[in-house]
Amino acid sequence: MRTALMRRITDSASSDPSIMFVTGDLGFSVVEEFRDLLPKQFINCGVAEQAMMSMAAGIASTNKRVFAYSISNFATFRCLEQIRNDITFHGHSVCIVSVGAGASYGTLGYSHHGLEDLAIMRVLPGMRIFSPADNYETSSAIDAFLDEPGPTYLRLGRAPATQIHAGVPNISRGALEVRSGSDASILATGSVVSACLSAAESLSDSGVDVQVVSVPRIKPFPIGQILELTQGRSLITVEEHSTTGGFGSALLESLSSQRESRFVSVLGFPPEGLEVHGSQGFLNKAAGIDPSGIVKSVIDHLRAQR
Amino acid sequence: MAQLARASAVRMVASGKASHIGSSLSMIDILSVLYSGVANVSPSSINSPLRDVVIVSKGHAAAGTYAVLGHAGFFPESWFEEFCIDGGRLTGHVTAGTVPGIELSTGSLGHGLAFGSGIAISAQRDGDNRRIFVLMSDGECDEGSVWETALFAAHHKLNNLTAIIDRNGLQSFESTESTLALEPLDAKWEAFGWQVLHVDGHDHRALKEALKSPGNKPNVIVAETIKGKGVSFMEGQVAWHYKSPNDVELGGALSELDSD
Repeated sequence: MRTALMRRITDSASSDPSIMFVTGDLGFSVVEEFRDLLPKQFINCGVAEQAMMSMAAGIASTNKRVFAYSISNFATFRCLEQIRNDITFHGHSVCIVSVGAGASYGTLGYSHHGLEDLAIMRVLPGMRIFSPADNYETSSAIDAFLDEPGPTYLRLGRAPATQIHAGVPNISRGALEVRSGSDASILATGSVVSACLSAAESLSDSGVDVQVVSVPRIKPFPIGQILELTQGRSLITVEEHSTTGGFGSALLESLSSQRESRFVSVLGFPPEGLEVHGSQGFLNKAAGIDPSGIVKSVIDHLRAQR
Repeated sequence: MAQLARASAVRMVASGKASHIGSSLSMIDILSVLYSGVANVSPSSINSPLRDVVIVSKGHAAAGTYAVLGHAGFFPESWFEEFCIDGGRLTGHVTAGTVPGIELSTGSLGHGLAFGSGIAISAQRDGDNRRIFVLMSDGECDEGSVWETALFAAHHKLNNLTAIIDRNGLQSFESTESTLALEPLDAKWEAFGWQVLHVDGHDHRALKEALKSPGNKPNVIVAETIKGKGVSFMEGQVAWHYKSPNDVELGGALSELDSD
């Protein structure tokens, strides 16, 4: 999704000099085109994420919109206070572009996994969060930031082999049906939506008909749209993130505040992490969010519901 | 203005039963000089996009900051009574949006210089003629983000950025040198590529001279100050980092400040 992201940002910035792009020395082979075309709008802050986030806020305070780019763990944990105090508290228009979310950089190890970022970004007052499933949702998220600037967290995983949508959807709705179905609803966010669609296909072969809803906006949480789309069905959430504090948690909190009762299963990485090491595919399978794991959990879910 | 601000700051800290009077008294001369025509910003231009920016990165010196801003006309002096009281406007660390003139909420050290360098590079890229002043504490130089920014500002030759270090020599428990030695501090900044000036931080004329436009580098003014300056029993005493004056101490402090 990084290539689609940079194309969209570069296109916008070419016609608007108030759009800036800062990076913490990451994006090799992806950001060079922007740097070479628009050198006045590009800053490599070096390997210095704390200063980068404060600087991004300072730049944004001069009536600019700033994309601040790094790998998800470096873009969040390392500089959380700078994001909290300098960006969200002041409402500055910085879009944190967090690449390699979840277990995208699986074999690089724990330091490069972004499995708790949604939890800490969600809790920040004033932060808007997008977690797109494909290139089209990514483009739509960038447009949403540029049209309505403000503190924004854009969580990018690894692009799926095939696109989820046929064109750019309207992400302002927050939740988008990508497959209809009547037995239960799978709600998923980010690149794992693709695995949910595969799981739904397998389930339909055994006569189980599940809806799949992509939820590219995590905050504000689109609970109204989700309730409308899922029509009282039971819900299975899937995220490439810890099951603590992320997408599933956001759903449960929202259901509670709406006094809405649904049977819910939350799938994701175990809160205490995994004890195995390996690639994204291997880790997602170990966490049970690969297509076969999702199939098994949906069957368990439906059985438990009865 | 500095002497009036000192008395106001002492009153605020006493009435709000708050901390950090020592840190406020050491920086009031510096801030007063900045708001006496050095920085191109005034109550009428505080929202102008081309104003100079003054950032108080040592946000714990809130009473001193509010006192100077109030006496410089950014808001009514009557608001001083709202310092650190329930529902009051003035908080114990400077908070943007509460009163005009606070450019950045601080209180966690090591944010102001990086935020200021963001404004500085934006102005440099746009060719805007404006200066960014960041008032820091010396203890703040323990923070890694200060040195990340020191590298950045020198690399980009941000000569519109001026850091002023309130070098009172004391931090929370004891001296900076017995906590985490900063010296040779001037040499460190020079080695990072900054222009360094070393002045008496209570000498207004020397401060004004040092704050004139720098050359082609970012510049840092190491301002030698006395923590608690102006109140004899607070001067150089680390206890007044946290202590709040009681009625007797308030009376004593005010009699010294008013008699000057």
